[in-house]
Amino acid sequence: MTATTVTLGKALNLALHDALASDPRVLVYGEDIGKLGGVFRITDGLQAEFGPERVFDTPLAESTIAGISVGLAIKGFRPVAEMQFDAFSYPAFNQITSNLAKYRTKTGGTCNMPVVIRIPYGGGIGAVEHHSESPESYYAHTAGLKVVSPATPADAYALLTAAIQDPDPVIFLEPKARYYQRQELTLPLPPEPLGRARIARPGSDATIIAYGPTVAVALAAAEGAAREGISLEVVDLRSLSPLDMDTLTASVRKTRRAVVVHEAPVFMGLGAEIAARLMHDLFDVLAAPIERVGSATVPYPPARVEKLFLPDADRVLEAVDRIREY
Amino acid sequence: MTNIAQRRGTSAQAAADPIAAMVDEHGVLTADAERAANVSDAELRDLYRLMAIARRLDQEGVNLQRQGEIGLWGPINGHEAIQIGAATAMADADWIFPYYRDFGMAIARGVDPGVALTWFRGLNHGPWDPRELRFGPGIISVGSQMPHGVGFAIGCKLDHEPIAVLTCSGEGATSTGDWHESMNFAGVFQAPVVVLCENNQWAISVPFRQQVAGHIADRAAGYGFPGLRVDGTDVLTVHAVVRAAAERARRGGGPYLVEALTYRFQPHTTSDDPTRYRDEADAAPWRAKDPLANAEARLRARGAWDDAFAEQTAQAAEEAATNMRQTLLNAPPPHPGIVFDQVYANPPDSLLREKAEFVSSLESGGAE
Repeated sequence: MTATTVTLGKALNLALHDALASDPRVLVYGEDIGKLGGVFRITDGLQAEFGPERVFDTPLAESTIAGISVGLAIKGFRPVAEMQFDAFSYPAFNQITSNLAKYRTKTGGTCNMPVVIRIPYGGGIGAVEHHSESPESYYAHTAGLKVVSPATPADAYALLTAAIQDPDPVIFLEPKARYYQRQELTLPLPPEPLGRARIARPGSDATIIAYGPTVAVALAAAEGAAREGISLEVVDLRSLSPLDMDTLTASVRKTRRAVVVHEAPVFMGLGAEIAARLMHDLFDVLAAPIERVGSATVPYPPARVEKLFLPDADRVLEAVDRIREY
Repeated sequence: MTNIAQRRGTSAQAAADPIAAMVDEHGVLTADAERAANVSDAELRDLYRLMAIARRLDQEGVNLQRQGEIGLWGPINGHEAIQIGAATAMADADWIFPYYRDFGMAIARGVDPGVALTWFRGLNHGPWDPRELRFGPGIISVGSQMPHGVGFAIGCKLDHEPIAVLTCSGEGATSTGDWHESMNFAGVFQAPVVVLCENNQWAISVPFRQQVAGHIADRAAGYGFPGLRVDGTDVLTVHAVVRAAAERARRGGGPYLVEALTYRFQPHTTSDDPTRYRDEADAAPWRAKDPLANAEARLRARGAWDDAFAEQTAQAAEEAATNMRQTLLNAPPPHPGIVFDQVYANPPDSLLREKAEFVSSLESGGAE
């Protein structure tokens, strides 16, 4: 156990590796995840080490990739299925929302669904359409699922480990633009229980609430604000469903101001739920309306203009200015 | 009326498929295959008894809906031979992944009929533990049960267990992507699965010819395994063919598609009005092939039918109907809080708090 520097993508790879090594019931499958190691190489080397019965390519059919997970879970496996890109999870939407999420209820609480659906998500990589979306609200809105998104290599490892061990279905959203973000880690890390947010940076003047790809944006904004003598606290949600409202309310009770930052359109985004809950719980405490920074109500824009729609530190700081001047 | 003779065994594999050789040009078990299947008179009587009970309970389901005791009933009248024949063809260790209309399979598999109906009384979304009877929940999202059965079958293969899986649907489901994707997965992974299509000619109001281009059994060839169209009104045929396909799957022979033809004699559900879209005269040729009458004829031909058996069977069906009604009406309503308990094995604290607030508002009379 020595400290090594790993990327977020490598941390996911190691978490999958260690899960396969420690639990013979773990299966990893999806499109191109075998010999190729996945289009992002997150499953690199796993088939060679664990064999094609435990790490296997499937036909190109997301609905049935998700659907076989239900049957395999009943058979006693712990499936970890990969959707190649965010928008390619939409063909699986019915299986995930009508069956995977509801199977335990449908069987009177008798059939657990220990299934992880991994989805690389988010934009900023100059991709063609359908490769840059943020589908988290669809899944977080579905009871029966847990929705998780790591922002750091450490959390990538610890949260994926916990997601695989969890007895319930977990939508595991991987911020693909951060796959190459590095961190020094001493592995293996203990699993990080699902449902707990993290104070990524303590501060006192306002709380920036972010997750997945926007945590780095929030931290950059906090760094910029600090140069102007403004102290921003950054909360990394890590779990989008359930929401760790205890951590959020504790932070905003202290700072009295909050900005929620996500890549998804602001309209009906996760920020709406967070803002409503904070407003309800802290109505007498808040010094300003809660700001939301996200995309416009448009389909994900073409690569040449995507940066104009993605949250960046400037847009976060503009929101901070608005709530400080309120 | 669908002409089985015209639609049977067109795939090249059929010639080399010993299961296809079990049926004649009408999709009915040949005399040789019947001898080889070796279903005893007592076993055939058991099949008839289950079918008779299923039909009587199905009628009771309609009655209970008309009396306001259940919200909805999807009649199985016409499906008895398929459901009883196929369910009893599977070994105890085998699994069945049914669709919503497979009530006959449920009771053949041992689900208490009165408990099964609590689903339609609105007491739950699914009243049985699939693992107890190796019988999955009745899936309503059409076709979406297919990958569950195929996934389970892939799991059996990975575990090197000689278990066969039966996945069931109507013919309408064969239009869905999940059905085709699952057929492909079954072929690619050589999963030990028997895909059963209960083709009753009607998907609510849409007739077979407007639902399906070409023929369902022929679809299997495109996925690299055999398919066979059989007479779904003959319990012995369905039983013998599904049993052979399951044995083949257990031996590592891979998937098999059975398309069993019958007719939906009743409305799609008690909420449906078939007078708007079909002429009841269309059913006449099918009525001549009634599954119960067919089975009775087989028993008579064997000299295995007598008045005492007929009387005992009718009495058993009546008793089953009385018991079903009683079990159903005695089933306690669920505590509303239970809907919170079944969602997660490891529920988040936030949901536990939501439940506590909900329950306390109930107790303070805030809601009912």
